[in-house]
Amino acid sequence: MTRGISSIAVYVPRRRLSRRAISEALAWRLQSVGGRGERAYGNWDEDALTMAVEAGRAALGGREAVAGVTFASTTHPFLDRSNSGLVAEALALPAQVTTQDAAGSQRAGTSALMALLEGTAPSTLLVAADRRATQPGSVQELNYGDGAAAVVVDGQAELAEYLGGYSENIDFVDHYRQAGERHDYALEDRWVRTEAWGPFVRRAVAALLAKTSVAAPAITRVVLTAPRATAEPLIRTLGLTNATLVDGLHDRVGDTGVAHPLLMLAGALDEAMPGEVILVIGFGQGIDALLLRVSDSAPQRRTGRVLSGALARGLTDHAYVRFLSHGGALALDWGMRAERDMRTAHSVHYRKRAALNGFVGGRCTACDTVQFPAAPACVNPECRAFAPQTPIRLVDLPATVKTYTEDWLAFTPSPPLVYGNVAFEGGGNAFIEFADVDPGEVSVGAAVMFVFRIKDIDHARGFHRYFWKATLRRS
Amino acid sequence: MASGIRDKVAIVGMGCSRFGERWNMGADDLMVEAFTEAMADAGVERDRIEAAWLGVFYQEQSTSKSGLPLSMALRLPNVPVTRVENLCATGTEALRGAVYAVASGAVDIALAMGVEKLKDTGFGGLPERAKGTFEDQWQPGFTPPGAFAQLGAAYAARHGLSIDELRRAMAHVSVKSHANALDNPKAHLRTPITSEQVLGAPMVAFPLGVYDCCGVSDGAACAIVTTPEIAASLGKRDHVSVKALQLAPSNGAEMGHASWDGSYTPTTRLAASRAYREAGLTDPASQLGLIEVHDCFSVTELVVMEDLGLSAPGRAPADILNGRYDRDGAIPCQTDGGLKCFGHPVGASGLRMAYEIYTQLLGRAGARQVGAPSLGLSHNLGGIPNRNVASVAIFGLNQF
Repeated sequence: MTRGISSIAVYVPRRRLSRRAISEALAWRLQSVGGRGERAYGNWDEDALTMAVEAGRAALGGREAVAGVTFASTTHPFLDRSNSGLVAEALALPAQVTTQDAAGSQRAGTSALMALLEGTAPSTLLVAADRRATQPGSVQELNYGDGAAAVVVDGQAELAEYLGGYSENIDFVDHYRQAGERHDYALEDRWVRTEAWGPFVRRAVAALLAKTSVAAPAITRVVLTAPRATAEPLIRTLGLTNATLVDGLHDRVGDTGVAHPLLMLAGALDEAMPGEVILVIGFGQGIDALLLRVSDSAPQRRTGRVLSGALARGLTDHAYVRFLSHGGALALDWGMRAERDMRTAHSVHYRKRAALNGFVGGRCTACDTVQFPAAPACVNPECRAFAPQTPIRLVDLPATVKTYTEDWLAFTPSPPLVYGNVAFEGGGNAFIEFADVDPGEVSVGAAVMFVFRIKDIDHARGFHRYFWKATLRRS
Repeated sequence: MASGIRDKVAIVGMGCSRFGERWNMGADDLMVEAFTEAMADAGVERDRIEAAWLGVFYQEQSTSKSGLPLSMALRLPNVPVTRVENLCATGTEALRGAVYAVASGAVDIALAMGVEKLKDTGFGGLPERAKGTFEDQWQPGFTPPGAFAQLGAAYAARHGLSIDELRRAMAHVSVKSHANALDNPKAHLRTPITSEQVLGAPMVAFPLGVYDCCGVSDGAACAIVTTPEIAASLGKRDHVSVKALQLAPSNGAEMGHASWDGSYTPTTRLAASRAYREAGLTDPASQLGLIEVHDCFSVTELVVMEDLGLSAPGRAPADILNGRYDRDGAIPCQTDGGLKCFGHPVGASGLRMAYEIYTQLLGRAGARQVGAPSLGLSHNLGGIPNRNVASVAIFGLNQF
């Protein structure tokens, strides 16, 4: 049976910090100020899980038929609570989907992808996301980025067909992060380059070509997350005479960790012609190598703007201190209002989880009025019937701003707190927070869409609680 | 067929503490300050009170739960005390309880007390509070100014005003209240301001600047109510009579239904129309001698002028700028400075408004007296515009 990828999507947070802003802030300890390009970073209310939901939503594109969800990350917000399970509920998938968290290595995404491609599950959503905390002033702070990617793996292979894979496990500690630690501890890059990247990739590619009987010149694109200075010379040693290196996005996004091979693959699949063969390498305590052949149906199944669209939605930012604050590296004073207790009543969350996780409201069976939250009696003043309400997911409904404010008094880690009433097309209203909007941007009547975000952070109990927020539908 | 509350109950004594940052006063001290004045005014002994209602909103901050804080502060003779809370309509709700008790014939004399001790929070503005175990998980972490600011954006959009035009009218609301408070020795904020200051002030929640927001104050106010017959027996020839007491809480339509556009308060409209009917008012704009409305924020006062039917739809900004609601205007509003400047100790505010109406009807308002009014109205809007409790009370002078 043909196995492959039928859909791919990415999510890159809106703000892209200029590396020059980082080096200027640290100029006093550097020999020279420089830094090229920018790195993506999440808002205060984004983590690997929220980014995974956004990428997963886009990859599903409305299809509800997936049988499983795998969520690969080294920065799952929960060590013990199913992250993939919450992603599945946020995507309003049926309770019967299988869920799996994959973790532990930068290779978690490619290894999960290979396992799914070699498996038999009818259709599985794989999401990969990372938001890695970095020590201020570190090389990782410059090089890393936040982001997510998602693919649907199935037997249709509408975008790319799986030709085969090869994998080796090697306890090579180029960097690590022990449980409970915030930051990675990284070893010398020259050692990693010569002792790991070079030999691992050469060995894996040779074995994979032999295994799949694909000739080296057939490969046209290579997804290799190594720094360009490592990757460029390396692929020249592989005999891939027709291959080009897929853009590693260093200048636009940074290294998004577990998500990165899939993010780069999205860029390759935006452009590659049917029949092209793409080599995807995953690296981290070993090596994964996969070969994908672009399907004949790909041109009809793709927009060609999966990655470029996400890149275009970026906003260059020079506020290094905001980056530190949003990433939890700098504890700013937020005043006494920030002391408010954010304890979550989990029994309430459980019984209301369709509303909270999936933004599911109700449609009155007596008058058809859509409402949020669903309630025993209809909110329509002309109805008010104690009639059953059928679940209706509000996430993808068109909506506009009815009222709003920019509140400089309310506590939020990113003032002002913007919130208001939004009206859904076809009825239904919600009082809701806004995400990713700047002062002066919102107006009455503006079109909005909804994104899954951290609602509150309970620092006292170590808990992120999530809900949906409105954000401007930017052209 | 119920006949309503009109003229069944008389207010024979009222008291109001000085409002403000009363750093050295607790809720008990504030209640005693208000009660002492009311007792002297009514000329009745403490032990003639047969039942009492205590209104307090932020129990965590001000007092504690139950009716005990009132019973203990005043050392009442173990008579029933009911604690009520209905957001910013709490004070009016306490009055409603006492008035209904007298009207029912269950008691002859009842006390309504409202109190709030806000300035023990340690920070400016109202205390933070949980909204409930479910709502906290999805509603925005709003503040009162942010929630009321929504009226501004929606009102401007509905009536085709620019925010700047709207803000100029809102500024006049605040300038007027500051001017009125100069003649009120009990008011919290007694400094004149200009429109330029209002418009140039730092933004709290767009489009509300600092001067668009009311004071956060400590204070207490109370009323002693009885039957008209007992009022007469106490020697009160002219007395202030309760003409209407209406309450309209949201049922969720504003927050959850498309029929509301966010530019007005439907509950105020309902409470007002019921109150006008109960009081027998046919032309409130010409009959009301003064009004005290819930000017927690300047924009609230502006939209409420239309909701009370005193300004035509879309006309409130012009009416305000033309001085219609100034102290020397057609319908004097906030003659005591309002929530804006008298202050807003939440549980006390409804009774503080009643106190000003009472004082004016009896001709006791001194430098701020507005002629010889015979009818006055008070209005509260508790909660936030998309989820609120509106109250409208009407008081009149019954002369013999």
